[in-house]
Amino acid sequence: MDALMLARLQFAMTAMFHFIFVPLTLGLSVLIAIMETIYVKTGNETYLRMTKFWGKLFLINFAVGVVTGLTMEFQFGMNWAEYSKYVGDIFGAPLAIEATMAFFLESVFLGVWIFGWKKISKKAHAFAMWMVALGSNMSALWILIANAWMQHPVGYVLRNNRAELNDFAEVIFSPYAWLKFFHTVMGGYIVGAFFVMGVAAYHILRKNQLDFFKRSFKIAAIFGLIMSLGIAIIGDFHAKEVAKTQPSKMAAMETLWETQKSAPIYMFAWPDAENERNDFEFLAIPGLLSYMAHGDFNAEVTGLKDIPQNERPPVWPTFLSFRLMVFLGVIFIVLSLLAFIYSKKDTLEDKRWFLRLMLYAIPLPFIAAQVGWIVAEVGRQPWIVYGVMKTSDAVSKSVTSGQVWTSLIGFFIFYGILAVVDLSLLTKFSRKGPEPEKTA
Amino acid sequence: MEANVFQLIWFGLWGLLWAVYFMLDGFDLGAGILHPFIAKNDTERRMVINTLGPVWDGNEVWLVTAGGATFAAFPTTYAYMFSYLYTPLLIILFALIIRGVSFEFRGKKDSEGWKKGWDFAIFIGSLLPALLFGVAFGNIFQGLPIDAAGYHGNLFTLLNPYGILTGILFVCLFLVHASLWLSIKATGELRERAQKLAKKLWPVLLIVAVLFLVYTWFATKLYDNFFTAPVGLVIPILAVVALLLNYVFMNLSYVKAFYSSCVTILMVVFTGIYGLFPNLIPSSIDTAYSLTAINSSSSVYTLKIMTVVVAIFVPIVLIYQIWAYKVFSSPVTEEEIYDEEVEAY
Repeated sequence: MDALMLARLQFAMTAMFHFIFVPLTLGLSVLIAIMETIYVKTGNETYLRMTKFWGKLFLINFAVGVVTGLTMEFQFGMNWAEYSKYVGDIFGAPLAIEATMAFFLESVFLGVWIFGWKKISKKAHAFAMWMVALGSNMSALWILIANAWMQHPVGYVLRNNRAELNDFAEVIFSPYAWLKFFHTVMGGYIVGAFFVMGVAAYHILRKNQLDFFKRSFKIAAIFGLIMSLGIAIIGDFHAKEVAKTQPSKMAAMETLWETQKSAPIYMFAWPDAENERNDFEFLAIPGLLSYMAHGDFNAEVTGLKDIPQNERPPVWPTFLSFRLMVFLGVIFIVLSLLAFIYSKKDTLEDKRWFLRLMLYAIPLPFIAAQVGWIVAEVGRQPWIVYGVMKTSDAVSKSVTSGQVWTSLIGFFIFYGILAVVDLSLLTKFSRKGPEPEKTA
Repeated sequence: MEANVFQLIWFGLWGLLWAVYFMLDGFDLGAGILHPFIAKNDTERRMVINTLGPVWDGNEVWLVTAGGATFAAFPTTYAYMFSYLYTPLLIILFALIIRGVSFEFRGKKDSEGWKKGWDFAIFIGSLLPALLFGVAFGNIFQGLPIDAAGYHGNLFTLLNPYGILTGILFVCLFLVHASLWLSIKATGELRERAQKLAKKLWPVLLIVAVLFLVYTWFATKLYDNFFTAPVGLVIPILAVVALLLNYVFMNLSYVKAFYSSCVTILMVVFTGIYGLFPNLIPSSIDTAYSLTAINSSSSVYTLKIMTVVVAIFVPIVLIYQIWAYKVFSSPVTEEEIYDEEVEAY
């Protein structure tokens, strides 16, 4: 394998690994801030214990999110120097802004939150967690503005042998960026909600600290339901933006080969990219793809055959990932709706089958987040900047395949250790449960 | 060709961000290196870690910002710096990764083996970045072998005598800085040991610093700028004064000595930056291939936007980061470590 292939593999691997921890940070930070605020407002000690218990799990996860994030900043320069040179005038700014606006906020305030229990007022302490939540969400905003520019480059001009920024407002207010932002962070909120519900379910099944975990479950269920519905709505708008700006990606997402009006969605299909057709396609819902892509059952949707062959993304990964993500999205709505209903009726303890389901459902939002990113990034290929620069032209010229083998193997080993340790610590402390209530 | 005003501003900001990063992460990297030696039992190890706990992550963000600013303001330099220095930066990255998680993970199991393992991670995760950042900057001061065909160096060419000396200088600066930090933030026997250690380490730092200043004359062209624009001499003079004052203050007030050490590190970095101008990465083969503030910068439009962003947000960051330091201004006591409500590391 050459340096390019290795660099691509490494980026995919390190980005996906980073994105195991980020969504949980995004979701849990908000949930914990809510719990701590309820404590400050009501004085109910259970909510303080909830803040500390879920906070402990949050911190284990946050640490891995931070260190795997360092890798991303380094990697653009290390492995993608040609890309950095060519689009740095535009791409570098959101990254630098991410650091100044968001990373400082979350890191400084988290330090205060972890150690400041007895040093600052209850209100200030809760405020600190809101700042952590704000910081992580703003961080998501800026990196997604940057990624959105890669998907749909705007506000630039080609000059001096590179892309140069000429309209910052177009970049930061790009509809693609904001749809992507809300869609992604809501994914994180769902990860957080299902994590809390799953761990809570474990304890409710064992009748351990029932009041504590039913309260946690309820907050997460409400949050999860709102976000599961929200993400589907935003997802719909996002798909339309993708269809408008990245026709090759949309075609791959639904493995559509022939450009057509009233394009259908096939409930079952599988691509045969070599022969520019599908191996099979059945259960067509007429016009649904046109509706999904353009809001009009009669609209024309571009097929892959009308995209030059060397500009088509890998079809089956894009197609399968999209299907899996949407399928999971529907499951999240169903599960969080049931979670909300049982919580409200206070019948959770009796629904043991449901509690077991929620426990095993913990990995599902993580998987949905990953396959969503596969759609986004694999679907953009062969472009690193859609329509402007190919991935194959972006790699660092001075870096040898030997060097990339070394870093790739290094990441495998270090990240492997981190994954094992993180999982074992999260399992240990999730099982352990909160500190018992203090009796007078 | 002359640098435009934004290129000048950003050259200065670039230097400032690296200087502040080394001033802040310097004491936590130094403390991580010291901690297996200066702390004699688990309580003292935890004490060292708990002085760092509230602030280390916010300190490290200055590195992310320095890197991000390099990308935003001088993308060509960012691209070449990170790809040419691939191997040392990879080692620094792995080291920072294991250091970063070890603070959080160390206290999570009661086993000796577990704690020793993470203690080692803290040590090596602090030593390698301190050393290698010095090596990297030493090589940047000398210039990297860049010409039309690209870069002709590797990890071993970077480990030349001047590079290694700069690495040792950084380590010495951070060790003194860390012992001063622990002299004011630790309590009990650990504090006393730190105060004695600061006094013992300082002469070593002085010798290395003198060697470095002399060797810089021969190995680099850094002094040229000080001759053409001698107003800059105030920077290295301040560095030397602050370094000397370090020792003087150790007999009066360790707090003053720590601040003096902060100034020392800032001025050492600024000296290097002043000497480098207008280069960010000089070429040791042919100056036509040097990466400069003029030939590697972003467009004026981008630089303007970034200037507005930092003018608004860096002061805000300074306000809340200084506030955070104030919240934790009192030293870490043994009681605090064992106080369940504090949830110390």
